[in-house]
Amino acid sequence: MCGIIGFISRKKRLIRGDKIAIALDSLKERGNGQGSGYVGYGIYPDYKDYYALHVFLKNTPTYHKIIDKVKNILSKYGVVVKDEEIPVKEGVLKKEFIPWRFFYDFHDSYKDIENDLMVNIVMEINDKVNGAFVFSSGKNLGVFKATGWPKEVAEFYRLDEYEGYMWLAHARYPTNTRGWWGGAHPFNILNWSVVHNGEITSYGTNKRYVESFGYKCRMFTDTEVVAYIFDLLIRKHKLPVEYALSAIAPKFWDEIERMDEEERRIHEAIRMTYGPAALNGPFAIVVGTHEGMIFMNGDIEKNNTMIGLTDRIKLRPLVAAEKDDLVFVSSEEAAIRRICPELDKVEMPDAGSPVIVRIE
Amino acid sequence: MEEECKMIPSAVPPKYKVEIDRDRCMLCGRCVEECSWGVYRKEKDRIVIYSNRCGACQRCIVMCPRDAITVRRNITCWRDHPLWTAEVREDIINQSKTGCVLLSGMGNAKEYPTYFDRIVLDACQVTNPSIDPLREPMELRTYIGKKPKKLEFEFVEEEIDGKKIKKAKLKTKIAPNLKLETPIMIAHMSYGALSLNAHLAMAKAVKECGTYMGSGEGGLHKALYPYADHIITQVASGRFGVNVDYLNRGAAIEIKIGQGSKPGIGGHLPGEKVTAEVSMTRMIPEGTDAISPAPHHDIYSIEDLAQLVRSLKEATRWKKPVFVKIAAVHNVAAIANGIATSDADAVVIDGFKGGTGAAPKVFRDHVGIPIEMAIAAVDERLREEGVRNEVSIIASGGIRNSADVFKAIALGADAVYIGTAAMVALGCRVCGRCYTGQCAWGIATQRPELVNRLDVEEGARRVANLIKAWTLEIKELLGAAGINSIESLRGNRDRLRGIGLNEVELKALGIKHAGF
Repeated sequence: MCGIIGFISRKKRLIRGDKIAIALDSLKERGNGQGSGYVGYGIYPDYKDYYALHVFLKNTPTYHKIIDKVKNILSKYGVVVKDEEIPVKEGVLKKEFIPWRFFYDFHDSYKDIENDLMVNIVMEINDKVNGAFVFSSGKNLGVFKATGWPKEVAEFYRLDEYEGYMWLAHARYPTNTRGWWGGAHPFNILNWSVVHNGEITSYGTNKRYVESFGYKCRMFTDTEVVAYIFDLLIRKHKLPVEYALSAIAPKFWDEIERMDEEERRIHEAIRMTYGPAALNGPFAIVVGTHEGMIFMNGDIEKNNTMIGLTDRIKLRPLVAAEKDDLVFVSSEEAAIRRICPELDKVEMPDAGSPVIVRIE
Repeated sequence: MEEECKMIPSAVPPKYKVEIDRDRCMLCGRCVEECSWGVYRKEKDRIVIYSNRCGACQRCIVMCPRDAITVRRNITCWRDHPLWTAEVREDIINQSKTGCVLLSGMGNAKEYPTYFDRIVLDACQVTNPSIDPLREPMELRTYIGKKPKKLEFEFVEEEIDGKKIKKAKLKTKIAPNLKLETPIMIAHMSYGALSLNAHLAMAKAVKECGTYMGSGEGGLHKALYPYADHIITQVASGRFGVNVDYLNRGAAIEIKIGQGSKPGIGGHLPGEKVTAEVSMTRMIPEGTDAISPAPHHDIYSIEDLAQLVRSLKEATRWKKPVFVKIAAVHNVAAIANGIATSDADAVVIDGFKGGTGAAPKVFRDHVGIPIEMAIAAVDERLREEGVRNEVSIIASGGIRNSADVFKAIALGADAVYIGTAAMVALGCRVCGRCYTGQCAWGIATQRPELVNRLDVEEGARRVANLIKAWTLEIKELLGAAGINSIESLRGNRDRLRGIGLNEVELKALGIKHAGF
């Protein structure tokens, strides 16, 4: 059991991070204080063209040596424009790690393949640099997470000092791996961030599938693999997003049999080709991105998107709501009403049916 | 005492001791009729027993109307010796008598570890709900064949109700696949080795269950044509019964390179089993031995195999998936990778416990590796090469129950073949004398009076029952693991744990030990 909530302003209105923290705090019953986290999109307008790497550094007196090792890897392909400790309020949490951020730009010669390279860099750092964990690697976005209750983590990272047009948040009740900083949600790779309530019973299959495409699962928890699957299907394979989501929460064969010939053929092909990418087990997820996304009708969205999705028999709750330019997705309506008491519309999406919200 | 005097002298003591409860016996002579091995003979008011001919196939026991027959292990004292076991000494006695290769039937009979029995499964508790297959959908459908690495779409503008809209159309063409409603198929056992009734019963069963069976290398008898869309036709080194009609008639084609029970050697159907019908189906003269050479004489390397795969595809207009079956040997992973990178659609791996009608004992018991290790190695290698998802893996050789199927899939197989298990469903008691052609159950024989014993409808029902029962159990196991479609189990080694295995074994299987 975990609590998740996300909201997006379709007009790209900037909203302060403490708002989402208030909402998440009302979901704390769904967590146990062993992990809370947030991701804000649009929070680094001054550095929006640079990759913002958030890295946990093991809190030892020699942590500067770890920074040097990370920089060594980064300097192979580009330049670190700026790096600093992520501002925190001391004394709120036991500082197991020092959260550090690097704003990073690739050399021009690598611009065409910078996304793939960034994935490799993240994998290389997580794999080879002892005491360093990259937990955020997108542009103009940042993940803030730690072991602690929602309020504590928000206070620790001084979330009220950031403004973003999309926020996702998560209160964790760990059920597979121990609660540690890197195990808290959101999980992020490039511009993908995922918050997840549930347990992925297909993890072994999913993990080995994405690994054969070069991803490495290093965070010891099942949610990590969700981000990689989204990245693989939507960014790399360029599947129309509706079909990519159908690969992740597949239609039942019975439903597929009832479709018209062309749709039936497509969904059969999806299940045959992307069977190992299907997420099984109970889950509700909210995924945020400003990755390019192609829709079934040929629309290309280069802007921000928020997606809510449950497993195909909806073993975890998910509710969606709207108010003016704001769209919310959450485990519980109560959390939404906590920060937005008057709503225009509240909906319970069907099992496996995605909620997709785009910027106007 | 009378029986013993009349016993045909034999160099080794009989393995079994057959006894008739004379009080119960009513001298009906049923045992004399039923035993095709000549254990019984009626002499006046007495049934005479030749225990040395008995192989414990139990036909007489189950057919005796008075339950008067008992077959026991005949425990003859050999001087105990840890090296010179009774079996070793018997084999030497037999070989010094005949000067021949020792023949044997069924699978490996040595006490190698059965890894399936050292692997346990996972189930959901609290944190993720288990799924009840009686109330929720549980999907076992499996596609065997080539899959694309990725799907590509193109956007086509269409006019609907006067409005122009773009629509995503699938650009990628999907190669023909076999659609299985359950991941259990019946292995290749040839007509010739098996009776027509056995083949018919299995064919009816697989059709009913939405799955497939292998033809074996003996061609396809006309009586099986109505089921040909559920039969995978085999092309083995003897090329018996192979022509373009045969290839086109089946659902898929399988090139047999090797067999788990006898890797590296061919096959031999004795002339006695080549009856008129078998001769027509195999396209060889009646009464001649049907000999499959050890290698295919047009395959001396991997590129030759790739060519044969392509030739078969050309012959069938690229409409039939082509599988390649190899025995699980030390280098199985590399060979499977070679197969995967040809145009082949599936790799079939046959483990060293796989059954057979006839194999030299020395091969059956000493050559090849366990199927569990082979699946793990092949799956891992194909993943390293990034082609695992494009080709299917079918595992066979010693699959005994639904748990074995489940574990094989979790280790990395797409589907399994069962051979011995399907025969047991037909009555086989694994007596291991298939090569003699005297099968009292009418399964591994061509003698009409024996074949007639096997009722096709009843046999079909039993084989179908077995597949259905295992399918149900697999659904229950999946539900308990919180999974509602089989593709989420495939290669999901996280859901397996080893018990009592050492680190090397665990590493080879790619699983953790229980407790971790």
